[in-house]
Amino acid sequence: MTVPEYTGEDYDVIVVGAGHAGSEAALAAARMGQKTMLITLNLEMVAFMPCNPSVGGPAKGIVVREVDALGGQMGKNIDATYIQMRMLNTGKGPAVRALRAQADKNAYHRVMKDTLENTPNLTLRQGMATDLIVEDGECRGIVTNTGARYRAKSVVLTAGTSSRGKIIIGELMYSSGPNNSIPSIELSENLEKLGFKLRRFKTGTPPRVNGNTIDYDQTQEEPGDKTPNAFSFTTKDADYLQDQMSCWMTYTNEETHKIIRANLKRAPMFSGVIKGVGPRYCPSIEDKVVRFADKPRHQIFLEPEGRDTSEYYVGDFSTSMPEEIQQKMLHTVAGLQHAKMMRPGYAIEYDVIEPWQLTHTLETKHVKNLFTAGQMNGTSGYEEAAGQGIIAGINAALRAQGKPGFRLGRDEAYIGVMIDDLVTKGTNEPYRLLTSRAEYRLVLRHDNADLRLTEKGRALGLIDDDRYAAFEAKKQAIEAEMARLHSIRIKPGKEVDDFLASKGGAPLKDGILASDFLKRPEVSYEDLAQFMPDHPAVDRRVIEQVTIQIKYAGYIAKEQQKIDRLHRLEAKKIPDHIDYNAINGIATEARQKLTKIQPETIAQAGRISGVNPADVAILSVYIEQGKIAKVG
Amino acid sequence: MANSITAYDTIAAISTPPGEGGISIVRLSGDEAIQIAQRVFKGKDLAKVASHTINYGHIIDPTNQDVVDEVMVSVMRAPKTYTREDVIEINCHGGIVDTNRILQLLLSHGARMAEPGEFTKRAFLNGRIDLTQAESVMDLIRAKTDKAMQVAVDQLDGSLSHLIKHLRQDIFSVLGQEEVNIDYPEYEMDEVTGKMMLEKATEVRDHLQQLMKTANQGKILREGLATAIIGRPNVGKSSLLNYLLHEDKAIVTDVAGTTRDTLEEYVNVRGVPLKLVDTAGIHHTMDKVEKIGVERSRKALSQADLVLLVLDASAPLQSDDRELLKATKDKKRIILLNKTDLPAQIRPANLEAVVTDDTLIIPVSILKTDGLDRLEAAIAKLFFDEGIENSQSNVLVTNARQYGLLAQAKTALDDVITGLQNDVPLDLVQIDMTTAWEKMGEVVGENAPDELITQLFSQFCLGK
Ligand SMILES: Cc1cc2nc3c(=O)[nH]c(=O)nc-3n(C[C@H](O)[C@H](O)[C@H](O)COP(=O)(O)OP(=O)(O)OC[C@H]3O[C@@H](n4cnc5c(N)ncnc54)[C@H](O)[C@@H]3O)c2cc1C
Ligand SMILES: Nc1nc2c(ncn2[C@@H]2O[C@H](COP(=O)(O)OP(=O)(O)OP(=O)(O)O)[C@@H](O)[C@H]2O)c(=O)[nH]1
Ligand SMILES: [Mg+2]
Repeated sequence: MTVPEYTGEDYDVIVVGAGHAGSEAALAAARMGQKTMLITLNLEMVAFMPCNPSVGGPAKGIVVREVDALGGQMGKNIDATYIQMRMLNTGKGPAVRALRAQADKNAYHRVMKDTLENTPNLTLRQGMATDLIVEDGECRGIVTNTGARYRAKSVVLTAGTSSRGKIIIGELMYSSGPNNSIPSIELSENLEKLGFKLRRFKTGTPPRVNGNTIDYDQTQEEPGDKTPNAFSFTTKDADYLQDQMSCWMTYTNEETHKIIRANLKRAPMFSGVIKGVGPRYCPSIEDKVVRFADKPRHQIFLEPEGRDTSEYYVGDFSTSMPEEIQQKMLHTVAGLQHAKMMRPGYAIEYDVIEPWQLTHTLETKHVKNLFTAGQMNGTSGYEEAAGQGIIAGINAALRAQGKPGFRLGRDEAYIGVMIDDLVTKGTNEPYRLLTSRAEYRLVLRHDNADLRLTEKGRALGLIDDDRYAAFEAKKQAIEAEMARLHSIRIKPGKEVDDFLASKGGAPLKDGILASDFLKRPEVSYEDLAQFMPDHPAVDRRVIEQVTIQIKYAGYIAKEQQKIDRLHRLEAKKIPDHIDYNAINGIATEARQKLTKIQPETIAQAGRISGVNPADVAILSVYIEQGKIAKVG
Repeated sequence: MANSITAYDTIAAISTPPGEGGISIVRLSGDEAIQIAQRVFKGKDLAKVASHTINYGHIIDPTNQDVVDEVMVSVMRAPKTYTREDVIEINCHGGIVDTNRILQLLLSHGARMAEPGEFTKRAFLNGRIDLTQAESVMDLIRAKTDKAMQVAVDQLDGSLSHLIKHLRQDIFSVLGQEEVNIDYPEYEMDEVTGKMMLEKATEVRDHLQQLMKTANQGKILREGLATAIIGRPNVGKSSLLNYLLHEDKAIVTDVAGTTRDTLEEYVNVRGVPLKLVDTAGIHHTMDKVEKIGVERSRKALSQADLVLLVLDASAPLQSDDRELLKATKDKKRIILLNKTDLPAQIRPANLEAVVTDDTLIIPVSILKTDGLDRLEAAIAKLFFDEGIENSQSNVLVTNARQYGLLAQAKTALDDVITGLQNDVPLDLVQIDMTTAWEKMGEVVGENAPDELITQLFSQFCLGK
């Protein structure tokens, strides 16, 4: 029986799906003053973590800070709900340091839901979007399975892995969203009807075991840090959690691998049941055992899923083997011999929208006012989802307000790198951010995300006065300290020379500027401080910036040069609706790619694989010719 | 970056066709043209001289202060220049090898090798050329660019490209490992140490340095196929050289023994670059001077990659001819039966007894320029199965470009080494290491986008 339709409320912005992307999108739109509805399949699964109960890590952690600097929620939400915090890569330089937190999974969901519920202009509602209202090539709202027609000025879709989701465990396969949630089927079908190109991706998750049945003595403890750190620039050191929970590390062994090999024919990955493309960087354990056959063991991390649950996530043990085999595999692992499996691992196949159908604002090229974000754009990971979510939310709001779009460049944020990669190159597997994807990673640090993005967030109306004042104060303090170090001279003398000698450095010949003194590899800011008269108390975050800016000035300048060049190329815009067939001399492959991707600038055109320098050169001549022709 | 053609950096190229002798011009265009030229120029301060002046001085190699050539440098400041950018033209007369060396120096001191048609493209983009010419600019780019890169890579000596690939793999072994360490810090994997990186960087840098040295001696790439024109006196060897050069370079007389010493010239025959060596006629002689010349001819013969053996078809085969036929038996050779305009004494069939392999025998009259098309085609066919487009100076360009890239890679490795010596964190040093890896990739045509990421996933066992 068909459900009769009725007219629901009108909104400025509607966001479909309250996952990590959808939550950010809805909050951004509402905070920008738009009347916003966030509709999701199940309110018990708002900001749900279907996989690893952790946030951050290299590249991803930087995205969390970027979201925070733009006025997003992820940083605050994890700061309020973590059970363990660690700074990674502390032995390395500032560009790649990264925070990672273990989340209390249920608390993470509750706190985000609470925030959504208490944000003005925002309505959180349970329901399933089944269709879009599209008129004259513009999206004007959604239709739900309960028959509601909600109209809106713009719509953001963030359906995650629910779209025509299929869970696979050994020989078992059934239609389902993540964690046995209901799948979203009609919406996918209707997107196809609208002409969108979808494809199938696949991901997987490991089993969960009861923490009371783990023998921790056979594993290695991985505690959190004592030194305070937080994702959000607004979180105070004083609020740092002292009572943290540990993770535990153990290994697979030959026995585990033997069981896997003996049962490979039952593994859907190898039996051909799974059609979707899985990520190379998140292989299942069976995948690893096959591909890296010479490795005698693989690391496994046992991660608590929260304080109010005994479930442990068996990290790096992702599998879609039959349940029976998963049990056997687990029981071979040191510490897990008697572990009780609470949920089996599974693989899930789902639809994604091929991301080259989007622009840098995450609006679809095909249907105006329609934006998509998160896993449904072919990425994987909560942080990647949140990063896109906030951009899509901002742009949906700007569209509703009739304002021009907002985008971030490759030199401004990891978010910018990710979106540019997606829309320029598409992706053949679930896309994960890596530091090696960023060509300007020295300027895209986690410590300066606020300096990079707070002003942008402010301009969008996402940063309140208090926060902005604090930001400006920090900025001024950095400038003042830089100026001070560039004016004070350190004079040679016994004290200084003794110190330098103790560090194996050469003595001073003449007095030098404090800033030059700090440039010496053996000198830290604290060392320098003892030789400066009337040294004032300086905030540690200011010290961090000053130290980085001075010590790595040469490297930063080198990167800045490359960025300047990028800017010149980005400034060369390609007119809309250019007809690539009309340009003589562009190679066929390049013509097809350019037509498909419709790059906005010459720089972007050059990043498309299959578009060669000659094609780019011809294109720029053609555009110039067009300009002259119009003028003349 | 692969799309460097569109960047507004400073470009350089030899703007006179090689092999024409006399003055050659190396041209620079871009914001940094004057600065870059100054880096290798000894004479007036080019930054201070007036626009549109010609300045005398020397090109020196700043690394060892070697004087490369005596030159005149034209300084032309924007906008009244061909490209409407700052333009420098270095007029030099030291022959193709030195010209090339100057180009190499510019490329290793901040300039980038111009893509084919790029000067013209800039002229157009900067409004110097009018609309009606746009189509031809596009045609020019299309016609020249596509093959250029492939040719560049193809012409790379096989063993050299093998070596560079190998060195790249060496870099990757630490680069990839370090990237993995950065992105997957919680995994137990071998940690790259500063010491490891320093060792690798130094090792690869030293190799590059060695390579660049050989480049200066002109061996990095086939600078031209060593091609010796051999024959007894007066058969028409020098005439052949002049013909191929389109210029009367060698003295031609009807006196046997005109050419007393070997003479080297560069030419490009249907895309095949040749280092042509005209030799003194080989025969038994008592003359002291002639004897030395003959010795040199034999040496040229032994060093040749290709021999053009000239026989005089208007005279019967002589013992000197027979001897030369024998001496060139194991060489790649083409036999020319010259002077077919005169009554024939030797026909191709006559040679069958002496020439038993499948050596090509081409009857020609150099005087009447008859049959020489076949010779050119045969040379092209020998080296490219089907012959490539007539690409003036690809090899030399290739050579300089490759050299420039290697020099940049080496500079990046120097930076790695200095950085490590100054305790700069590995992930910063890594930035230069990556640059070196990419530049070397450009040399061998291996720089696919996302190559690093693909390599990472295929070589390391990574989790999420
Ligand atoms: C089994 C599994 C394994 C994973 N493994 C990894 C991994 O190894 N590494 C990694 O980085 N990431 C992994 N993830 C991905 C990570 O969970 C997602 O990237 C992240 O949650 C994506 O956020 P999102 O907001 O895009 O989507 P989701 O968090 O999935 O949120 C989508 C939301 O939209 C709702 N929704 C869907 N369709 C509709 C509709 N029609 N109407 C209304 N609401 C709708 C859903 O109910 C859901 O609440 C995995 C996910 C799963 C399910
Ligand atoms: N008729 C005729 N004469 C030719 C031809 N090619 C060259 N000659 C003449 O042969 C004579 C010798 O030519 P060169 O080119 O000097 O010969 P060479 O082999 O360099 O002679 P040496 O340098 O003395 O060894 C000149 O008088 C040329 O003009 C030809 O095809 N036909
Ligand atoms: Mg001669």
